[in-house]
Amino acid sequence: MRFRAAAETFFISAAALLAALAVFGLFVALRGLDPFQVYAVVVRASFGSWFAAEQTLTQAAPLMLTALCTAIPARAGLLVIGGEGALVVGGVAAVLAGVAMAGAPAVLGIALTLGSGAAAGAAWIAAAGALRHWRGVNETIATLLMNYIAIALMNHLVSGPMRDFAQTLKPSSWSIDERFRLGEIPGTGIHWGLAFGVAAALIAYVLMRRTTFGFGVDILGGNPRAARLAGLPVGAMVLATCGLGGAAAGLAGGIEIVAVHGFASASLVVGYGYTGILAAFLARQHPLSVIAVAILLGAITASGGVLQRRFGLPDAATVVLQGLLFVSVLAGNTLYRLRGAPRVSRGATSVGGIGGPSRAPHAGQS
Amino acid sequence: MTAGELGWWGVLLAVLGGAIRVSTPYLFVSLGETLTEKSGRVNLGLEGTLVMGAMSGYAVAWLTGSPWLGVLVAGLTGAAFGLFHALVCSLPRVNDVAVGIALFILGTGLAFYLGKPYIQPTAPRLPHLALGAWSSSPQIRSALEINVLFIVGAVLAPALLWALRNTRWGLIVRTAGDNADAARALGYSVERVRAGCTAAGGFLAGVGGAFLSLYYPGTWNEGLSSGQGLMAIALVIFARWNPVRCFWVSLLFGGATALGPALQSVGVTTHYYLLNAAPYVLTLVLLVWSSSPRHTLVGAPSELSISR
Repeated sequence: MRFRAAAETFFISAAALLAALAVFGLFVALRGLDPFQVYAVVVRASFGSWFAAEQTLTQAAPLMLTALCTAIPARAGLLVIGGEGALVVGGVAAVLAGVAMAGAPAVLGIALTLGSGAAAGAAWIAAAGALRHWRGVNETIATLLMNYIAIALMNHLVSGPMRDFAQTLKPSSWSIDERFRLGEIPGTGIHWGLAFGVAAALIAYVLMRRTTFGFGVDILGGNPRAARLAGLPVGAMVLATCGLGGAAAGLAGGIEIVAVHGFASASLVVGYGYTGILAAFLARQHPLSVIAVAILLGAITASGGVLQRRFGLPDAATVVLQGLLFVSVLAGNTLYRLRGAPRVSRGATSVGGIGGPSRAPHAGQS
Repeated sequence: MTAGELGWWGVLLAVLGGAIRVSTPYLFVSLGETLTEKSGRVNLGLEGTLVMGAMSGYAVAWLTGSPWLGVLVAGLTGAAFGLFHALVCSLPRVNDVAVGIALFILGTGLAFYLGKPYIQPTAPRLPHLALGAWSSSPQIRSALEINVLFIVGAVLAPALLWALRNTRWGLIVRTAGDNADAARALGYSVERVRAGCTAAGGFLAGVGGAFLSLYYPGTWNEGLSSGQGLMAIALVIFARWNPVRCFWVSLLFGGATALGPALQSVGVTTHYYLLNAAPYVLTLVLLVWSSSPRHTLVGAPSELSISR
């Protein structure tokens, strides 16, 4: 049964991917290009050489972490789409820690820099979870609004209070201590973010699928009323899942600082958070599938530049492909027969309603 | 008179004028979403529809020279997106909120993909009524330049409220939104009612987008919308699904959005980015304020929540 269910998931996902590629091929063909040639170039640009694979994996690393920001709360029945904001907040917090700790031993400095990023992201999304649980505020809209607030906050900080005026190219914050910069994984051109992404997904898998906590969260996501009747600490679980998801996205922001930029600027806002939502849904909110899906989406992102240079396609072409993929994956949910998707992916959920939060299960009388 | 002489009055005037100018997209998107949600479905993808409407309206206005044709095409594009949303959501086990997010991404992506050639050319702008022609002050005159679409929206809001409350058609929509089984028992196809309402909602959001590109700010580029389509959806909750209240709340949001640029025009440039966050913070605060863990919000269509 488990095998058949896994096979069903695989075939439906593959069909959704093919459908999206077919529609995208139509768009490409309308421009007078040969879609098969375009796809061949995409594959070569993302996996065709060791260098290309490195690019793909580098792009995939932050996606694994931002995908967890949606996937972990989803198991509790919450639809959180605040990965972009949590990443930005995490990046800013990492810079603050990295600057404040200047002169400390490198290992301690790196740990605290990344830790601050994760903590800030955790607090950011947990706040939305708290609003959901104690005020009945719809977490989807709240986290979406908080993305814009986080970006505005960062723009404010890097163009004023935290601005490094020595950098004249564009408004940027101070840089963290050079010794706190993480290099590449030895022997590769991939930064350490990939290791953190894979590790986070594995930890999330064990936690959500192999512990009592994860089991309790599944009950909450499956039937909130049963969870409450069983005496599960619903509020704490909402906070914990949101906090863990936020920590993953915040860590992604910290890694962007430590391993890529060294300082905060508008370059942090490149849409990893939004692509992460797609990754979570493609992976059907399963932490292990997130790794594979993130690599696939990383490949699409990494080939964007080539599509632009070789075929003169607008840079939004990869966004169109992602959007098509998202729609076809969701439509594919209707084909499942053997086992249900997580509640978030299914039809009517607590998440689906922004109407009456009162009778919505997450609003707590507990 | 100069800006300096008006001073802080100038800021107030600019916020008021800005409120009228900036509120129109909020108004159209929120009216559209109210209609959609009244029928029992949520369309979170209206931000994408808004940007698609802005792009298609601008392109058509430039190609044909007629901004009104642009508005029409923008509306039709929005309606097509709404229909697509309804079509995907009518499949069993497909979540309307998630489909909305997907269409948000797809709509913005498609608009930038197809709209690349139209960033350079200048399309004709929509006309406005100069209600401030009597005044000698340029600030008053510019604040009272009122676009026809704003007036259309201002008339549409009470009309929609009346139609929802008093017509047979409004009753069908409300029944589909409040009790799908009852609507089915009466012999109406809930899916068809919702598809119609989502398409009509998409039409309005598309028109709102055309206002962005054809009147204010009046250009087409990738940074045109800064989440107005999303804020308008939160606005509907605060307005308690009442079209007339949508109108007043849209004005409030327009004012909050206009605050940053208005202060900048008199030389207050510090905290520029923080002031830009004002409408988002306002939305969140209003959302927290108007939500309640204890009771259902008055006016909320009950099909929107799981526990009917």
